[in-house]
Amino acid sequence: MSCWDIIADYGLRSVGIGERLLPRSDFTLCHQFTLIGSGMIWNIYFGILALISGFFLATAVAMGKASRNVVIRKASDWFIFVFRGSPLFIQFFFAYFLFLSLKAHIDFFGVFTAAWLGALVVLFLNTAAYSGEIFYGAYLSIPKGDIEAADAYGLTGWARFRRITWPTMLRLAWPAYTNEAIFLFHATTLVFFSGFPAIQQKGDALYYANYFADKTFNPFIPYPILAGYFIVLVLIVITIFGLVNKRLNRHLPQESRAKLRFRLNLIR
Amino acid sequence: MFDFCTNPDTLGDFQWMLCYLTTGKHMGLYISFGTVLLLLAITAPTALLFGFGGAVAARSRFFVISVFGRGYISVVRGVPDIAFFLFFVIALDQGLEFIRHKIKCPDWTDAIWQGNDFVVCQAAKLPLGTSPQWIHEVYGFALAVLTFAIVFGAFAANVLYGAMTAVPKAQIETAAAYGMSRRQTFWRIIVPQMWVYALPGLGNLWMVLIKATPLLFLLGIEDIVYWARELGGTKTSRFTDYPHGDWRMWYFLMLLVFYLGFTKLSELVLDRVMARLTFGQATAGGEAQRKANA
Repeated sequence: MSCWDIIADYGLRSVGIGERLLPRSDFTLCHQFTLIGSGMIWNIYFGILALISGFFLATAVAMGKASRNVVIRKASDWFIFVFRGSPLFIQFFFAYFLFLSLKAHIDFFGVFTAAWLGALVVLFLNTAAYSGEIFYGAYLSIPKGDIEAADAYGLTGWARFRRITWPTMLRLAWPAYTNEAIFLFHATTLVFFSGFPAIQQKGDALYYANYFADKTFNPFIPYPILAGYFIVLVLIVITIFGLVNKRLNRHLPQESRAKLRFRLNLIR
Repeated sequence: MFDFCTNPDTLGDFQWMLCYLTTGKHMGLYISFGTVLLLLAITAPTALLFGFGGAVAARSRFFVISVFGRGYISVVRGVPDIAFFLFFVIALDQGLEFIRHKIKCPDWTDAIWQGNDFVVCQAAKLPLGTSPQWIHEVYGFALAVLTFAIVFGAFAANVLYGAMTAVPKAQIETAAAYGMSRRQTFWRIIVPQMWVYALPGLGNLWMVLIKATPLLFLLGIEDIVYWARELGGTKTSRFTDYPHGDWRMWYFLMLLVFYLGFTKLSELVLDRVMARLTFGQATAGGEAQRKANA
C-alpha cells in the first residue's frame, strides 16, 4: 500500500470521509503523518471560527469594560473574570454537561452537545474574554493626543470610534493579540480530551497522536509529528498577523512601528 | 457519617443532602482537592528550581551549557502544552525503565522496542509488579510532578532569565568596582534584586499553573475532574443508597467556582507580595509608593 493510498483513505478521516476503521497494526510513518494531519482540520476549524467570532465580542467586551454605565461595566468585568480565572479544561467539561442537561428539556440544545458547535461556543467565549482584556488594556493606552485631535476635528460617537479609537486600539493590541491567537490554536487540542466525545473516532490532531502513542507505546514519533504540524501552523498565523500588523502601522514613521514579539505557549 | 444516615429514603431534603455529601466517595473527592493543592505545593518550588537552573545555564559562559539552557527554554515553550504533558509521562516512564533495564539486566539480549511493545525485564519495571497499590499511586503522582516541573520550569527559566538581565547595569558595575567576582556578584547583587522584576512574570505563571492542574486527569491521577465525573453521573438505586440523575453539570460548576475563588485569592496575595517587594526599589512602582507615603 503506497503512501498515496493511505492519504486517499485517511486524509479526510477526521471529518468522516474515507476508511471507516482506523489502522490497527503496521503503523507506518505515512499513517501517522496522514492521520495527525487530517486531525489538524479540526484544530484549524476551531481556531479560525473562534478567532473571527471572538474578535467582535472582544471588542464589545473591551468597550463594555471601559463603559461609564455601571451595569455594563460590571457585566464585562465578570465575563472576563469567569473565563480568564478558570481552566479552559473545566469550562469544556461544564459546558458539555450543561448542554447535555439542557438537551433533556429542550431539543434545540442537542446540537450543542456535539464538539463542532459546543466546543466552538466555549472557545468563542473564552477567546473573547482573553482578547477583551487585551483590547481593554490597549484602549487605556491610546495616546491622549489622538483623542484630543479627534475632538478638535469634531469627531464624536460612532465616527470617532470607527476612525480613531478602534484602529488605534487594534494597533496597540496587535502584538499581544497575535500571541492570544497562537494560544487559541494550541487550546483547540483540549477539545476532544474534555467532555466532548470524538464520535466515530473523528478527532483532532492530538486525539490521533494520542491514539498512535497508545497503540505503539512509542511517544517519540507521533508527538514530534504533532509538534511539527503546530509549528507550521503557528508560523502561518504569525505571517498573517504580521501582514495585518504592517497595515495597522503603515501611517507611522519606520522606527516607531510596533514590532511583533512572541511569547509562545502558556496553558490556560 | 451521621447517625441518621442509615436509611436515606426516609430523610428530608436537607438531611439527605448532608448525608449524600458525606459519603465515602465524596470524601475521596474532598481528598482529591488536597491532591491538587499538594501538587501545586510541590510543583511550584520544583519548577522554580528547574527555572533557576535553566536561567543560570542559559547565562553560562560555556557554550555547551548555554545552548542546553536556551534549548530547554525554547523547545518546551514552542510546542503545544498538552502534547508535552502526554508525551513526558510516557517518555519519562520509558526512560527510567530503560536505564534500570540497562543496569539490572545487562545480559538481556532481546530488543527493548519489539514492534509495538516496550519490553524490559521484570526487575526493571517501575514500580515493581509486586509492590503495593500505594507505591503505584505515588509513582504516578511523582511522574506528574516531574512533568509539570519540566514544563513550567521552562516558563520560569524564561522569566528568571529576563529578570536577571533586568537588574540595573550600574548595580553590577558597582559590584565589579568593589572587586566582587562573577560568582559573588551573582549571589549578592543579582539574585536578591531580581525578584521584583521576576514577580509579575512568576505571578502570571502561578495563575497558569493553577489552571493547568485539571490536566492531572489526563495523566491518570484520580483528581477532582475524575471524581466529579465519577460522582456526578446518573446513579440508580440498585448501586447506591443515594440515587440521582445526571448531576455532572453541578459538580463541574463547583469546580469552576473553586478555581475562580482560588485565582482570586492568589491575585490578592500576589498584590500584597508585590507591594512588599517594590518597597524601597529604584523603580517606578517604588517611587510611586514613596510619594504616596510622603
